[in-house]
Amino acid sequence: MITFDHVTVQYDDTDEPVIGDVDLTVEEGELCLVVGHTGVGKSTLLGAVNGLVPHFTGGTLYGTVTVDGRDTAGHPPRELADVVGVVGQDPLDGFVTDTVEEELAYAMEQLAVPPDVMRKRVEETLDLLGLAELRHRALHELSGGQQQRVAIGSVLTAHPRVLVLDEPTSALDPTAAEEVLAAITRLVHDLGVTVLLAEHRLERVVQYADRVLHLPGDGRVVSGPPADVFRTAGVAPPVVELGRDAEWTPLPLSVRDARRAAAPLRTRLAGLAVPAARPSPAAGDRPRLLDARGVSVRHRGQLLPAVREADVELRGGETTALMGRNGSGKSSLLWALQGSGPRTGGTVRVVPWGAGGAGGSGAAGDPAGARDPGAVSATEARRLVGLVPQTPTDLLYLESVRQELDQADAESALADGPSARAILDRIAPGIDDATHPRDLSEGQKLALVLAVQLSAAPGVVLLDEPTRGLDYRAKAQLTRILDELTAEGRAVVVSTHDVEFVARTADRVVVMAEGEIVADGPAAEVIVSSPVFAPQVAKVLAPLPYLTVEQVTAALADAAGGGGR
Amino acid sequence: MALRTTAAARSSVSGALPGADERRLPRTLHPLAWWMWALALATAVSRTNNPLLLLLVLAVLGYVIGMRRTEAPWARGFKYYLYLALTVVAIRVVFRAVFASGITPHDHFLFSLPHIPTPDWYAGIRLGGPVSLEALLSAAVDGLRLACMLCCVGAANTLANPKRALRVLPGALYELGVAVTVSISVAPQLVQSVQRVHRARRLRAGRTKGLRALRGIVVPVLEDALERSLRLAAAMDSRGYGRAGRATKASRRLTGGLLLAGMCGLCTGAYGLLDAGTPGFLGLPALAAGAALCVAGLRLGGRRVTRTAYRPDPWRFEEWTVAGCGVVSAVLLFADVGYDAAALNPTLHPLSWPTLPLVPTAAILLAGAAGFLAPPPLPATGATPAPAPRESARRSRKATAK
Repeated sequence: MITFDHVTVQYDDTDEPVIGDVDLTVEEGELCLVVGHTGVGKSTLLGAVNGLVPHFTGGTLYGTVTVDGRDTAGHPPRELADVVGVVGQDPLDGFVTDTVEEELAYAMEQLAVPPDVMRKRVEETLDLLGLAELRHRALHELSGGQQQRVAIGSVLTAHPRVLVLDEPTSALDPTAAEEVLAAITRLVHDLGVTVLLAEHRLERVVQYADRVLHLPGDGRVVSGPPADVFRTAGVAPPVVELGRDAEWTPLPLSVRDARRAAAPLRTRLAGLAVPAARPSPAAGDRPRLLDARGVSVRHRGQLLPAVREADVELRGGETTALMGRNGSGKSSLLWALQGSGPRTGGTVRVVPWGAGGAGGSGAAGDPAGARDPGAVSATEARRLVGLVPQTPTDLLYLESVRQELDQADAESALADGPSARAILDRIAPGIDDATHPRDLSEGQKLALVLAVQLSAAPGVVLLDEPTRGLDYRAKAQLTRILDELTAEGRAVVVSTHDVEFVARTADRVVVMAEGEIVADGPAAEVIVSSPVFAPQVAKVLAPLPYLTVEQVTAALADAAGGGGR
Repeated sequence: MALRTTAAARSSVSGALPGADERRLPRTLHPLAWWMWALALATAVSRTNNPLLLLLVLAVLGYVIGMRRTEAPWARGFKYYLYLALTVVAIRVVFRAVFASGITPHDHFLFSLPHIPTPDWYAGIRLGGPVSLEALLSAAVDGLRLACMLCCVGAANTLANPKRALRVLPGALYELGVAVTVSISVAPQLVQSVQRVHRARRLRAGRTKGLRALRGIVVPVLEDALERSLRLAAAMDSRGYGRAGRATKASRRLTGGLLLAGMCGLCTGAYGLLDAGTPGFLGLPALAAGAALCVAGLRLGGRRVTRTAYRPDPWRFEEWTVAGCGVVSAVLLFADVGYDAAALNPTLHPLSWPTLPLVPTAAILLAGAAGFLAPPPLPATGATPAPAPRESARRSRKATAK
């Protein structure tokens, strides 16, 4: 269905080709997963399928790409619209009309499909993707999962033979992502559509793939069945890592397969002590930095409060994960704690970090130096609580990294303490002064904004969905950065949907639903017992309370060491 | 307020005519029909200065909107047109009072504003002075006429979905329609973007007001918008927007040439009509020739577009009747048949109570017939909240108030 014949793609502003001399074939009806780190050319590979590369993006493509017998050299994307359907990361970006039904019909209108056929196909697609209830709804009113299903439906109505999806679930919460992936697999199984799918959170999709295209980062593309490719691939979901470590053959790709293969491992682990998933900080040395009581947030013009009487206590040296559906009030709570967002009720007291924090303010009661970040000036609030918003680039507006960092130092106006540049070099070394902030990778942008916020030396650091769009490597780096911050005695809060990240990063988990806090406790307790939030390793090894592959290997190493002695 | 009364009117009318609307299939009327009806009524309004007739037009608009309005968001905007209309009347009256035009012995003196002397070279305009009842009344009636025409346009926007109205554009102008649709849907996103960045400014303790803050807000918003529009363009391209169709280079050139010549003709014609000194052939003939060329160009351009419309609005008997009602009432008001033309523009010197001439009244009432000639609109679907939840929300608000 799709053939790449000696394809090399070279952009004008880089010396090395993004992908070099790629030969591959994707058969009809396959679900083909494209994996690799950020920036290795996944989007380029996907864009080449319908001719967006190079017709729309620029650059030069050598070799030939053929889709359903059509050469993309002679067919720009619009002439391939009846063969290839493309769905991007953020569905809202691709919508042209404003209601579900019209959006579904749009591609067909462009292809001059007769009105009666159009009508029939819209009805069929509404049923196929479970959108019938939403047909007259405005697109911006829908939830993220519904929007993404509409985006898939809007290209499906043209009856394409190939569907190209570039990280379709990266902006969605776990439940909405499941919803979208279920729709995609249904299309592959029922309609025989060939699907090319790029995805960061492999744990959700590996089990459905027929073929994996792995981009190791040197311009090559390794193509093969998933069980073969993942034996050596640099990126792999935890269930595959566990299978590799335990040397299971065939390599399990789903929790179900792994669970069946894991029976002997479970008996071996049953008698062993479970090592902690996270290095445990020194007990007793955890001063309370932030104490919020009964915080409520109601946005203007809305009947229901976004946050209802939430009590939050943050201690230094602790990373807290804030989880919950989209729209459950996570962001509103973070903004209210920082003081910049609205707060309709409750109190927030923050102990200044550094001078005040070191002075033994861990004692019970309200420490004398505690202040309310909502009542002081923005400059003061920044020194108490630093917040990295959901779109970190909102904070960046200058032409180079250097200017941003200098501006940050000027804004913080701290006499002592490290400069923003020193902080950035510590958390993400190797970012050039002259680079434009927009040209940085997602992970680097996050590091830059974090450095800007840390230059004010806040004791409490809040991050609103930092893992969005990060690959495994960038997430591991973020975990390391956050561990460093807590080691310095700061309190860190991360709101995220990524359970595997939480298992590695968080000491404590707070779960929100409809603006209320419904669970608050040690990470292991809260997420192991939850069917939605449990990481893969916990699902495979349940009822044993393991969260990460590292824990399993550590436990086995301990046992081996103990047995040898 | 206005909405609630129209809703009440609707229920009482449907009570008076049991089963009249129930037997007909609800559907949306072709947007062009509503626009023709409304513009014809506006043309009729331009003919008269009779306050009674003008008020009658407003009543007719209210009746038709009450009968045939849907529950969609764009259909709730008529009250804003009414506010605008009131503002127009008020502004006209105030201006007439301030820029007084003097008073004759026959006029009724109302009050006097302090006279502000103006320099000699500015002698044409007087500020302040005595104000007469006649002056204010004529200003109010003038304003009312303008307000009525505004409300006619507002009624068309309320009755016909503006988005669907754009889709009736000829094929050659399709791109224009797409641009408008996209910008309408992008505008709220831009507003959200500005709010988000403005809020984020505080996180860096940056200024949120003044010229220097502008850069911190404008730069991220524009970069965001630019990236978003690039992604939208890529998405539209991949979905087949702008497929070549059957156009050849020659036909495209011919289209361009025809349109250009047509526009020149239209401009010359308009100039010829307005300037009495130009030769006669530059007036109406040039205008007609220009219009013909434009139509030909649009038709030719439309032929190259290979595109179909999803669920196109049909043009049936009801469309003819609704558009016809409006056109007939406009024709009757321009025809001067069966009534004294002076009754359309009652004089204010001397002051007299205006009369209601029979034929124009009947003509305007005929336009109101669209209220029951048009098919009933589609009931609200899942798109808009059904009355029930709104009702319960109001009740709960009341309960909390207690």
